[in-house]
Amino acid sequence: MAHAYTPGLKVAARTVIEKTRKLPLLGQVLVKKGDKIPAQTIVAKTELPGKVYPINVAGQLGLGKANELIDCMLKKEGDVVKNGEIVAQSKGFFGFFKSDYKAPIDGTITQVSHITGQVIFNAPAIPVEIDAYVDGEVKEEIPSEGVVMKTEGVHIQGIIGLGGETCGVIKMVADAPDKIVDIGMITEELKGKVIVCGSKITTDALAKAGKIGVAGVITGGFDYQDIKDILGTDLGVAITGHEDIGYTLILTEGFGTIPMADRTFKLLKKYEGFKASINGATQIRAGVMRPEIIVVHDHQTEDTTHKNYAQSGLEKGDQIRIIRAPYFGKLGKVISLPVELHKVESGTWVRVMMAEIDGKEVLVPRANVEVIEK
Amino acid sequence: MSNQEVQTIIATDCGSTTTKAILIEKVGNEYRQLVRGEAPTTVEAPFEDVTKGVLNAIMELEELATEYYKTDAAKNSKFYNKPRKFVENEQVLRKDPAKETGDGCDIYISTSSAGGGLQMMVFGVVKGMTAESAQRAALGAGAIVMDTLAINDGRLPHEKIERIRALRPDMILIAGETDQAKPKHVIGMAELVKSARPTARLGLGYALPVIYAGNQRAQEEIKNILEKDTALSIVPNLRPTLEKENLRPASDKIHDLFMEHVMQQAPGYDKLMKWTDAPIMPTPGAVGLIINKIAVMQNKNVVGVDIGGATTDVFSTFKLEDRDGKVHQKFNRTVSANLGMSYSVSNVLLEAGLDNIMRWVPFEMNEQELRNRIGNKMIRPTTIPQSKEDLDIEQAISREALRLSFIQHRAFAVGLKGIQQEKGISEAFASGSTSDSIVNMMKLDLLVGSGGVLSHAPLRSQSAHMLVDSFLPEGITELAVDSIFMMPQLGVLSEVKRPGCDQAAMEVFDKDCLIHLAISICPVGIAKDGKNVVRVKADLPDGTKLNEWITANQLLRYDLSHDDEVEFEIEPAAGFDIGEGKGKKIVKKLKGGVVGLIIDTRGRPFNLAKDTKNRVELLQKWDISKNYKPKSHRDGV
Repeated sequence: MAHAYTPGLKVAARTVIEKTRKLPLLGQVLVKKGDKIPAQTIVAKTELPGKVYPINVAGQLGLGKANELIDCMLKKEGDVVKNGEIVAQSKGFFGFFKSDYKAPIDGTITQVSHITGQVIFNAPAIPVEIDAYVDGEVKEEIPSEGVVMKTEGVHIQGIIGLGGETCGVIKMVADAPDKIVDIGMITEELKGKVIVCGSKITTDALAKAGKIGVAGVITGGFDYQDIKDILGTDLGVAITGHEDIGYTLILTEGFGTIPMADRTFKLLKKYEGFKASINGATQIRAGVMRPEIIVVHDHQTEDTTHKNYAQSGLEKGDQIRIIRAPYFGKLGKVISLPVELHKVESGTWVRVMMAEIDGKEVLVPRANVEVIEK
Repeated sequence: MSNQEVQTIIATDCGSTTTKAILIEKVGNEYRQLVRGEAPTTVEAPFEDVTKGVLNAIMELEELATEYYKTDAAKNSKFYNKPRKFVENEQVLRKDPAKETGDGCDIYISTSSAGGGLQMMVFGVVKGMTAESAQRAALGAGAIVMDTLAINDGRLPHEKIERIRALRPDMILIAGETDQAKPKHVIGMAELVKSARPTARLGLGYALPVIYAGNQRAQEEIKNILEKDTALSIVPNLRPTLEKENLRPASDKIHDLFMEHVMQQAPGYDKLMKWTDAPIMPTPGAVGLIINKIAVMQNKNVVGVDIGGATTDVFSTFKLEDRDGKVHQKFNRTVSANLGMSYSVSNVLLEAGLDNIMRWVPFEMNEQELRNRIGNKMIRPTTIPQSKEDLDIEQAISREALRLSFIQHRAFAVGLKGIQQEKGISEAFASGSTSDSIVNMMKLDLLVGSGGVLSHAPLRSQSAHMLVDSFLPEGITELAVDSIFMMPQLGVLSEVKRPGCDQAAMEVFDKDCLIHLAISICPVGIAKDGKNVVRVKADLPDGTKLNEWITANQLLRYDLSHDDEVEFEIEPAAGFDIGEGKGKKIVKKLKGGVVGLIIDTRGRPFNLAKDTKNRVELLQKWDISKNYKPKSHRDGV
C-alpha cells in the first residue's frame, strides 16, 4: 500500500549537507571541485541585464512617421552613449529648427525601431555574486551556473521564515523551550548574533532585536497577526525569503505561542557560540522549501544517520508531533496504524493512527502528524 | 494505434501534492470507474521523478482492484477472483491481447498540475479587447496567467520590462490588433519582450517559448524581433476582427508547447510522456473540456468550480444569442491564482477580510486564534480538520474563497468588447463589472463543485450548503459535485481517439463522477422578516406534502432523490421572481439528489454581515445538515 506519510521537519545533530549554489543567469564559476572554502567565499558571478528605458524618440522629435527615425539617428544599435549625449536629431525645416534627443542614461542603445519609432537604452549590467553560504568543500561544479557545496553538521528545518541567507554566532536568549522572550531580554551585545528564543518572541522584543542589528531570530512560535507589524502588510502566500527586514526570522513550530521542540532547543544550546548559516526562505507550494539552520561541526554525535521515512513510512514507536487542533503542538509516539478508515469528530472518514500523547491513547488522522526526523 | 474498443483504462492526475489514479473498465455494456488510488506526488526531492508517484498510485489501484474483483459485485466478471496487475518492471503494464489474465490496461493517460502547473504571461494591445482575448486563450488551455500586459494597462514601459524579468513564466502569448490594422502597437509589445530578455522558469539556458497570435500583417517583423532570442511560434490571429475570437489555434499551440518545452523540463516527465497514449494535458484544461462537453451535450448553462489548495478554477458555458439570432454556447475559464484552501488560505483571509470569514463561523471565536489557525493551515497544508470546530472554520473560509473566485469569473465572462452594441435603458443604467456578465444566475441550470473541501466534505449536505451560500443561485438550479475529483482524467479521456474512450468519459461522468446533490429553489427579491416569499406545492415521495407559504430568511431541506421526478407548483410572492418574472408561478417537474430539495428564502441579493443580530443563532437555524441522514458514509459513492 502506498504510504500515507507527512514528511517531518529535519532536526539532525550531524548529517551530510549539500547546498546547490546557482546563479540566476548563466555566468562564471570561480572555484574548483575539491576546494575547501569558508561560507563567505564568492563561488560564482554573473551580470544581470541593466534597467531598460524604452523611449519613443520619433515622438520626442516630432517626426511625422516612425520610419523617418532611422535617418535621424546619430547613434546606432550597439553604440555606447553618455547621459546627455545627443543621439538623434530631426532634419528640421530647410536645415533650421532642428530638435535633438539626448540619451537619458549612461548605457547602450540596444534597439532602434523603424515601425514604432522606439529607441531602447540599456543601463550597464548589474554584477551579481553568490557565496558558498556554508563552510565546506566544493563537491561539484555546475558549468556556467554554480557549484554544489558539501559539508557536515547540524541541519534543522523550520516551518516558516522571513528574510534570506545570513550568518551569525548562536546565542541562547531563552533558557527553556517554553520561555517567551520579551523586550527586557534583548540587549546590545546581541548585535550580529543568531538569537534563540523559546515559545515566542513578543513584537516589541523583535522590533528591538532588529534595531540592535541581530543577524537572525529563531523562535518556536509567533503570532500571525504580528507579521503585519514586521512587513507592513499581511502575509498572503507562503513564499518568503526576499523580505528586506534587516534580519532573518525562523519559526520552528508555527503560529501562536508554541514551545520549541525540545530536541531542537537542546541542539541549538549545545552549539551556542558556533557560527550558524541560516535562511528564512520558505516556499510551501510547488517545490517545498523550508527555512533552515546549519551549524558546521565535526563532533561525533549519537545519531549520525537518520531513518528514511519517505521510503519506509511510519512505524509503531516512531516519535511524532501533532500539527493540527485539537492536539496541536503536542509530541507523542505511534502506538498502532490501523489499515481501515475511521470516522473522526468532524465526521470525516480518514486513515488514522493511535498515538500516545501526555500518557493518553488518542486517535489522530495520519495527515495531522509529522514524524520527528533525526 | 489499435482500433479495438478499449476495455481497461488507467488515468492519473499528477497534482502538486497528490497523484490520483482511477481505473475505468467496461462492465457489461457500460463503462464504470471501479477503484481509485493515490500517492504523494514525487516531482520534488528526494525523488525528483514524477513517475515514482504515478507507479505508487497505480500500485494502490492494483491492490484495490484485486480486492474489488473478490466481491459479489464482480461475480459476473471474467476477472472475478483474479489478481489484477498494472505495474511491471517499473512501467505501466499493457494488456497482452493473447492472454486473458486481467493484467495490464488498454490505455494509460494523464493530466498534470504538478510543479505549479503551466504559468504564462499574456500580452495584448488593448486591455479590454485583444489582451482579454489572449487571457481567455491561455486560461482556456489550462494556464495560470501570472500577468496580462497591454499598452493601456497603466504601467510605464520600463515597469512592464521589470515585470517580465521578475515573473519568469513558462511561456508567453502575444496578441494584438486585428488583421485589418496597420501593424504598430503589437510590434512595440514584441520589442518590450525582446528588451526584457526573459528567461524561463525551468531550465537555465533554454529559449523561452513565445507564441505570437496577433495581427497577421506583423508576422514578418515579429520574426525579425523575436526569432533569435526566443523559441517563437506563429499561429493565426486570435482576434482577426473585432467581432470574432479565434482562440483554438493559440490554445492548441499552448498545449503542444506545454508538452514539448515545459514538461520536458520537469523531473521525470520525459519518461511519463512516453508512457501515455495521449498528450499529457494541464489539469484545469482537462476539467474545462469535460464541463464544456457536458454543457453542449445536455444543452444546459453550466458553472463548474474546482477549489484546490493553491488556486480556484471557475468554468462556465452559457448560451448566447448573436446578432443574427443564432444561439451558441460560450465557454469561459478563470483561475484565481491565490485563492485556495491550503497553500493560499491566508490569502483568502487577506482578500476577503476577517469579518467576512467570521460571519460564516457558527460559534463565537477569538480573532487572534482564528488568524493563527489559518496561518498554521497555510504552513502545514496537508492537514485535515479533526474537530467539528475546525471543519466549520474551513467551510467558512471556503465560502469566501468560492465567493471571491466567482465574482472574478463573472467579471471576466463577458461578451467581446469593442463591438457596437445596442443597449436598453435598464442595461445602460446597470453599472458594475458583473452587470455585463454572460453568467446569468437566473439562467444557470447546473452548478458543479469539485476539489477537496467540496468533494470530500463529510456530508454531501455540507457541500450543497457551501455552494448555495457562496454562489447564491437564483431561481431553480441543479447542484452537483464531482464525487472523488476525477473530472481531469475524464476530460483527457474524452479527447482520446480510440473506440470507446469518449463513451467511457461520458458514461463515467454521469454514473460515477457526478453526484447530484439537490435541486435548489431560490426566489429573487428582497426578503423581509416574517413576510411570505414563496409557496411551493408538491407531493414528495416520502409522504411530505408541501403547500404552505414560506416566509423570509429560511433555508430548508427536504428529501427528494434524483431517481424521483415530482411535479412542483412554485408561486413566488409579489416582488419575488423564480424565473418567469415577479410574482409569476411556475409548474415544472423536478428531480432532487442525495441531499434533496433546498428552498432558500433569504432573498437575493443576500449578504450576511458579521455583526448581524443573532448571527450564530441564524447560522445554526440554516444548518441543513441537522436533519440530514446520509444513506452511507460516502452518500452512495
